[in-house]
Amino acid sequence: MVSHMDGFSGTGLACVRSNRIVFAGLDFAVSPGGALVLSGPNGSGKSSLLRLMAGIARPAAGNISWQGTPISEDPEMFFARMHYVGHRDAVKPALTVRENLSFHAALRPGPTDIDAALDRVDLAALADLPARMLSAGQTRRLTLARILATPAPLWLLDEPTIALDYRAVDRLRGAIDDHRAGGGIIVASTNVPLGIDDATTIDLAAHAPEIDALWGDESTGEPAEDVR
Amino acid sequence: MSGFFALVGRDIRIALRQFSDTMMVIVFFVIAAALFPFGVGPEPNLLARMAPGILWVTALLAAMLSFDRLFQNDYDDGTLELLVIAPQPLWMTALAKIIAHWLTTGLPLLVASPVIGIMLNLEPRGFGVLIAAMALGTAIISLVGALGAALSLGSRRSGVLLSLLVLPLVIPVLIFGAGAVDAAIGGFPATQQLLVLGGLLLGCIVVCPWGCAVALRLAAD
Repeated sequence: MVSHMDGFSGTGLACVRSNRIVFAGLDFAVSPGGALVLSGPNGSGKSSLLRLMAGIARPAAGNISWQGTPISEDPEMFFARMHYVGHRDAVKPALTVRENLSFHAALRPGPTDIDAALDRVDLAALADLPARMLSAGQTRRLTLARILATPAPLWLLDEPTIALDYRAVDRLRGAIDDHRAGGGIIVASTNVPLGIDDATTIDLAAHAPEIDALWGDESTGEPAEDVR
Repeated sequence: MSGFFALVGRDIRIALRQFSDTMMVIVFFVIAAALFPFGVGPEPNLLARMAPGILWVTALLAAMLSFDRLFQNDYDDGTLELLVIAPQPLWMTALAKIIAHWLTTGLPLLVASPVIGIMLNLEPRGFGVLIAAMALGTAIISLVGALGAALSLGSRRSGVLLSLLVLPLVIPVLIFGAGAVDAAIGGFPATQQLLVLGGLLLGCIVVCPWGCAVALRLAAD
């Protein structure tokens, strides 16, 4: 395998949820400017893999490295260089759009440009509105504005297009292209084609364990909850 | 450090916008304390004798009402995941949340306690020590309660579990807090009790944010 000293890579990853193997023996590598798309049916572990990549959960086996250094060795250095967008929006309804974004930006080092980020997701006109007034699509756009407000070379996006209309998807695609043109790395899970040029795709269904292992602890006869 | 102050500021701002949550704790404190004269009788001497204990027990129970929302909202809406992967030590994040909790719950309780003291016919000599002991005690309660809230995150019926975890741990606060006020009323110096509370506070400042960080990391996983 190619050495990716300057990129983001993982080897031999396995994920176990509630005593079931979700996937095992998974390798990935993305170099700067590259994109990785995670595909697979619901429950195949796309979100779980992204959470492993983000350092929120620890892999049951295997290693994830950022620029050749395992992320568990210096997590804070890695966290400062990474944006993670999960499937929950982390938006506080009591705060205004701008306050929500400023808070998340203040957690991170480096230059911050709140107005440019709001403009980019077309929320500038709603900046002083409480976030509880936003629609689902607008809330999602506010979440995506987070990754534009402070720079980070690695973006981990979990189903970024959920609730977005086609215009917003176009904008997101534009932002992703710009990010990659600047040497940034994208990892995105998605069920719909995002239209990212020359992205590597990992099909998580190919890494699922044998079907026997998925169904059931024989003693209880309970089906696996996390794996459908 | 900017993240630390941003977090304290955000939590205070949310508490001010959702002011009813803070008010609920204070109103509970006042009402629970006001129930005692109905239960034990309005005898002024009896109330004065019981006032320190009533104040501490009701303040503690009122504070318990506030812990379920300390981390739960962030846990539910996905903010906790982002706090866990924020590039600052997680114990600092936990400490910021605890400080914001004290400012929005402990401080109002501290302000309300002399008023309830008057209502319960607390001896005038006791007020100074009451405020000093309450300042230390509510901070300890915030720290220990946050640890309990972090440990019970994600479990079913976490409110009940939280009470079972936290209430036994704050018994020393109750003993020395009420003891300090009793001593002051009796005309003795309350220095010893206050020093013990201060020692407990220092110990909790060391242990609780760190314990919270471990528990939050597990809860986010």
